Amino acid sequence: MHKPDERGYFGEFGGRWVPEVLVKPLADVEAAMSEAFADPSFWDEFHGLLSEYVGRPSPITTAKRFAQPRSATIVFKREDLNHTGAHKVNNTIGQALLAKRMGKTHLIAETGAGQHGVAVATIGAKLGLPVDVYMGAVDVERQALNVYVMRLLGATVHEVTGGTQTLKDATNEAFRVWASQCDDTFYVIGSVVGAHPYPFMVREFQRIIGDEVRVQCQGKFGRLPSDIIACVGGGSNAMGIFTAFIDDRNVNLWGVEAAGKGLNTPENAAALAAGSIGVLHGSRSYLLQTNEGQVRPTHSVSAGLDYPGVGPEHAFLKDSGRAKYVAVTDAEAIAAFKACASMEGIIPALESAHALAYAEKLAKERGEEALIVVNLSGRGDKDVTQIEKAEAEAMFTEAVPA
Amino acid sequence: MATALDEAFAKAKKDDRCALIGYVVAGDPDMETSRAVIDAVVEAGVDIVELGIPYGDPLADGPTIAAGSQRAIASGATIDGVMRLVGQTKAPVLLFTYINPILQYGLEKFAMGAKRYGAVGVIIPDVPLEELDPIREVIRKNGLIMPMLVSPTTPDERMRKIASDSEGFTYLVSRLGVTGAKDAPDTSAVRAQLEKLRKMTGRPIAAGFGISKAPHIVAVRDYADGVIVGSAIVDAYASAKGAPNAAAAATRLVRLLRLACKRAPAAAASAT
Ligand SMILES: Cc1ncc(COP(=O)(O)O)c(C=O)c1O
Repeated sequence: MHKPDERGYFGEFGGRWVPEVLVKPLADVEAAMSEAFADPSFWDEFHGLLSEYVGRPSPITTAKRFAQPRSATIVFKREDLNHTGAHKVNNTIGQALLAKRMGKTHLIAETGAGQHGVAVATIGAKLGLPVDVYMGAVDVERQALNVYVMRLLGATVHEVTGGTQTLKDATNEAFRVWASQCDDTFYVIGSVVGAHPYPFMVREFQRIIGDEVRVQCQGKFGRLPSDIIACVGGGSNAMGIFTAFIDDRNVNLWGVEAAGKGLNTPENAAALAAGSIGVLHGSRSYLLQTNEGQVRPTHSVSAGLDYPGVGPEHAFLKDSGRAKYVAVTDAEAIAAFKACASMEGIIPALESAHALAYAEKLAKERGEEALIVVNLSGRGDKDVTQIEKAEAEAMFTEAVPA
Repeated sequence: MATALDEAFAKAKKDDRCALIGYVVAGDPDMETSRAVIDAVVEAGVDIVELGIPYGDPLADGPTIAAGSQRAIASGATIDGVMRLVGQTKAPVLLFTYINPILQYGLEKFAMGAKRYGAVGVIIPDVPLEELDPIREVIRKNGLIMPMLVSPTTPDERMRKIASDSEGFTYLVSRLGVTGAKDAPDTSAVRAQLEKLRKMTGRPIAAGFGISKAPHIVAVRDYADGVIVGSAIVDAYASAKGAPNAAAAATRLVRLLRLACKRAPAAAASAT
């Protein structure tokens, strides 16, 4: 197993770049995590909830029509079928169980698209732990449905009005709140980002995705995949599906970032493809920033990918060449979203549609023997109004020639 | 070698008061106002200026300083611009910023520039002990000091280590959480922390985060060598329109704070 070093570094990425007030709370989480990870009863409870409550294992589905004509086999890993509709729930259950074990009585979380917030609100309701969710004001508006759902589940949603009013600022706020309430509060981070031990811990809760894919591909195809593709916001669904295959050098790993309106414009969210090394939210990784070291505003049609940083392990996999990172534009993702819906009868999350768009390209390059697994990280109910709006705008622009 | 910082603490001690360290966001809301405010706080009695290099994602700061940083960035503040402000300031200056702007600017270039413009040192709150050594090596090599923070969550052993590593003074974070003037600090808890720290270090100790009013200073001045006031000063100048008003508002507040720093004669003997 690939672990970060004792200071939380994957190569030169990671660490714990936080104000002193957060050092002890992070060390406490790390100690509790190590102890829980070594305790089979912790994993029994985790896997019990994953099967009874979430509905795992999630199936794999061979996509027969998507990306035709082509010769490669494309398989979807169906995280969209999880309870709450995304991979996020795997991690939140793990962290919430850890919080309980530590005797914490309160959960806080940041959210962008709202999927992580919904997952935390859900497990908070299930375990009887009050939940406060921090969400940028812009996202509160674009993801109104998820805000309503979180409130139904009993969570308190706090609108964050500082900075760019999106996920980055919601994360800042959650860290600040944690600093003042760390005695009784557990901070449930939604991706493989943040200070050590979060990137490692979240990966270990998400690795179930790849562990299942391994068994499922062996069972159904008698071999491992040739390629694995996942979208990368912070990078948790990608690390979740990559981890089981890191040592299998002939399995190609592809992370797909959001190119937004294009990598040659400032309106993207591709930290690995268009960023440089820096420190954000407690860890050293790639980051979209100005040459004054200010974090740059980002854009993606998909709120879940609209984050200027990326998990440190991805930075390590990129620099070591083990995984390849590519980027897909808003328009390409929307096209793949629609193709998947109409050809496979699956409405994918816009985040996952980025992975699908790249799968389409790759399937055309690869020969008949290729077995491409795409992580369908979530379902797209939350995105249909966004798509409708984008369509209407596109029609409008077409109707009015420049 | 005694730095300007040591001299400022020594002078305050001689006057039977705790030193007043005033924080301002450089370039907030613009360079011209900022220059006027800095001059005003020094004139009104701030012994040491803590000059914040604006950063858009400050994890150790509350809404007041975060908003000040946003204003400064929006009006075009740059690290080079802040360096020039250092050069024009009459009191010793400590820079305060986060690690990302420094790394992006270039650590070595940053340290050389800060020294050249006359800064005494730099406080980087998101560089804890574990990440300190390679950063401090460069800062030190360029003749600057790095004061370090201890917080209410810091265990005793770690506190001892930080206090012995900290240069210039030890910065006691006086409450759980981030900077801000909204909630009053628990001053009796701060006093207890100061007494504990006192046994761990012979160097000066200053308390900050939440200290925003004269009564807070009165409550801790016999136990601390210095107090750090940030958000209250930013609030004072930020609500004034135009450079002269901003400077006047900052002056009024700092005069009051400075008066509060003077120890009562009876207590003076128990101070360090
Ligand atoms: C369905 C879905 N996929 C992917 C992501 C991106 O996150 P990560 O890269 O951590 O998997 C999100 C985030 O909200 C999401 O909701």
